[in-house]
Amino acid sequence: MNLREDFRNQRDCRALAERICFESRTPVSIMEVCGGHTMALQRHGIPSLLPETVSLISGPGCPVCVSDIRFIDHAVALAREPGVVIATYGDLIRVPGSTSSLEKEKANGASVKVVWSALEALTFASANPGLKVVFLGIGFETTSPGTAIAVIEAAKASADNFFVLSSHKVMPPAMTALIDEGVRIDAYLCPGHVSVITGSSIYEPIAGKYHKPCVVSGFEPSDILQSIWMIIKQVESGDARVEIQYSRAVRPEGNLRAQKVIEEVFVSSDDYWRGLGNLPKSGLKLAEKYSRFDAAEMIPVKIEETRESAGCICGDVLKGIKKPNQCKLFRTACTPNHPVGACMVSSEGTCSAYFQYGDNGK
Amino acid sequence: MVTMENKKVLLNHGSGGRLTHQLIDSIFGSRFSNPVLDQRTDSAVIDVSGQKVAFTTDSFVVNPIFFPGGNIGKLAVCGTVNDLAVSGATPQALSVSFIIEEGFSFDELEKIAESMALTAKEAGVSIVTGDTKVVNRGMADKIFINTSGIGPIRQERAGIGPGEKVKEGDVVIVNGFIGDHGMAILAAREELPFSADVKSDCAPLNHLIADILDTTDQVTFMRDATRGGLGTVICELAESRNAGILIEEKALPVRNAVKSMSDMFGFDPLFIANEGKVVLTVREKDSERVLGAMRKNPLGTDAAVIGRVTADKGIVEMKTMIGGRRIISMPAGDQLPRIC
Amino acid sequence: MCLGIPGKVVWIDGQRAGVDFGDVVCEAGTHLVEELKIGDFVLVHSGYILEKMDLAEAEQTLALFKQLSESSGEQ
Repeated sequence: MNLREDFRNQRDCRALAERICFESRTPVSIMEVCGGHTMALQRHGIPSLLPETVSLISGPGCPVCVSDIRFIDHAVALAREPGVVIATYGDLIRVPGSTSSLEKEKANGASVKVVWSALEALTFASANPGLKVVFLGIGFETTSPGTAIAVIEAAKASADNFFVLSSHKVMPPAMTALIDEGVRIDAYLCPGHVSVITGSSIYEPIAGKYHKPCVVSGFEPSDILQSIWMIIKQVESGDARVEIQYSRAVRPEGNLRAQKVIEEVFVSSDDYWRGLGNLPKSGLKLAEKYSRFDAAEMIPVKIEETRESAGCICGDVLKGIKKPNQCKLFRTACTPNHPVGACMVSSEGTCSAYFQYGDNGK
Repeated sequence: MVTMENKKVLLNHGSGGRLTHQLIDSIFGSRFSNPVLDQRTDSAVIDVSGQKVAFTTDSFVVNPIFFPGGNIGKLAVCGTVNDLAVSGATPQALSVSFIIEEGFSFDELEKIAESMALTAKEAGVSIVTGDTKVVNRGMADKIFINTSGIGPIRQERAGIGPGEKVKEGDVVIVNGFIGDHGMAILAAREELPFSADVKSDCAPLNHLIADILDTTDQVTFMRDATRGGLGTVICELAESRNAGILIEEKALPVRNAVKSMSDMFGFDPLFIANEGKVVLTVREKDSERVLGAMRKNPLGTDAAVIGRVTADKGIVEMKTMIGGRRIISMPAGDQLPRIC
Repeated sequence: MCLGIPGKVVWIDGQRAGVDFGDVVCEAGTHLVEELKIGDFVLVHSGYILEKMDLAEAEQTLALFKQLSESSGEQ
């Protein structure tokens, strides 16, 4: 068995698409809230296989995209500090802040290093004791355990030159906020890898209180099509339950060890989401016990005044209210070369996916 | 339109994609403009006392300079030989310029020179002139190489480079596995935590191309797929000729290692660098014959038809592996700087 | 960011493991999983193993697809 290829089988996908087309009667708007799903849908051309009754909306699933402009401005201010090295996932480099970006700072001589994991940033810090290494912690529940481990290891090794600037967020508050705002969402395609960590019970309130089917989906095309089919079946029978399609990786209780390290290192905080504003208890910041690793506390810098770009409707795109091609700046002033909003920069961003793969929606 | 508001060259300007094109157009193209340059083909075709000659140049800044399947020297010879060959010319002579960082080892320099000599011999070209400069430590990253090349071109083949005769129904062919070079470079960069069973496909393609052009005169377009990947060549063709192209994802030859790395990093194999791949369009009636001729050559054993030219003007579409459809367009830049 | 994909554990050394994705072996941290064995199938994301894959569940999912394809072919 090949755990990737076997889930990309054309026959299986065609059969699943046929079931969806046959069984779907009621118009349904399904929101996905995971950058990985946004990309997979476009890459495999899945919208082109679905019936008119099924609409797919991309929600705030790209952690880079929902990060506040202020977070970028803070990172830029830190990058300008002598002796500071910014260690970050590649995507963040080109996200525009109010007046600059990490890419531009790098061109101006700042030390900005792309890393593949938080531990890599820690290893670099240990090898360079004379430098202050600031790791930009972004991502949902999938990456926060990784950042937490790096902080725990840093504490063990007394690596006092390693810091984290956290913009980690958790998903459910955004999912309920969207419904509360009145965005038309009939069901959620729930994020597969977030759920590996958290388990599926975090979606129970959405299914229970808001009566929306929630299916935790894998990332291969068969997974996504099966998940859509499971949603359709629930919709057609008036059900609203949490189901796990991605059963080979997601357990109802999730990964308890990972949950523990998150609880050890982080505390819940209110956080600002681009497009959604301030959401209570939606972010993670370093606990008091680990505050000596918090870049925000330990390396004071002056952050410039926040300036949003005029005309950018990333907020509406992130909420799924507008599609990228409804934005006046899409493909004109805002392109991957010269992004105005974060949705265009991140490889998981909705606008970036639409630019690269075309709007394959019907 | 380039907005150079911070007026500095970014790494992405060197990746070969849209940003590079914009820089070239706005800073160089507009100032150097002439009918030959304005065609922006890989090789310029000029008239030297009545004889049509193809002329091309390329610089090589690949990092690391030694990688599985080759080194910067071999790359420099192959790159220029291939640019000449895909324009339909017979590569004849190369110049080589070296810019070497103070402190670079003689041992490595000898290995590079040896490799260049061998590759030139394999390609049947002579290195007839050159230049050597040394700069202070820190002023160049080990070694940079520029190669320029010339070769005679038959009049009837001069239209192949720009794809003047491409029309609906033509079949799109590539000579083998795509994405090997880019992934070999990525895997060789020591700071990354993985190893992969892949080597660069760096090779001189002129003999393979001669085989193709000797088999048929029905080749309507040819270009080597380099840093922007196979996808960039196809998008460029669609744009320049206002042609529609449909690619079959299932037909794309991609090695396991390249598939795995693409999945891991979210790359699209269509846009990963190559250094030994030629993409051509051929009239459908001659496609089998061309494939046959290609497969007899060691650099074409995995040659495959990957798509065709359609009536959807200017649109490049792909039928995905699961039977869905998606549009292909050139990415902004490259996630892998200094790939060639 | 690195995407999460499944692979097979081919070596373990303390809190690091080598995971084979098919001709590519990547190093990942093992801090988030317990009792890892060589030969286990795991999910890797951003330099860490997030979870062990349940092959029995995978087989079941594929069996369902097969059933669906076959009955679809009959229509």
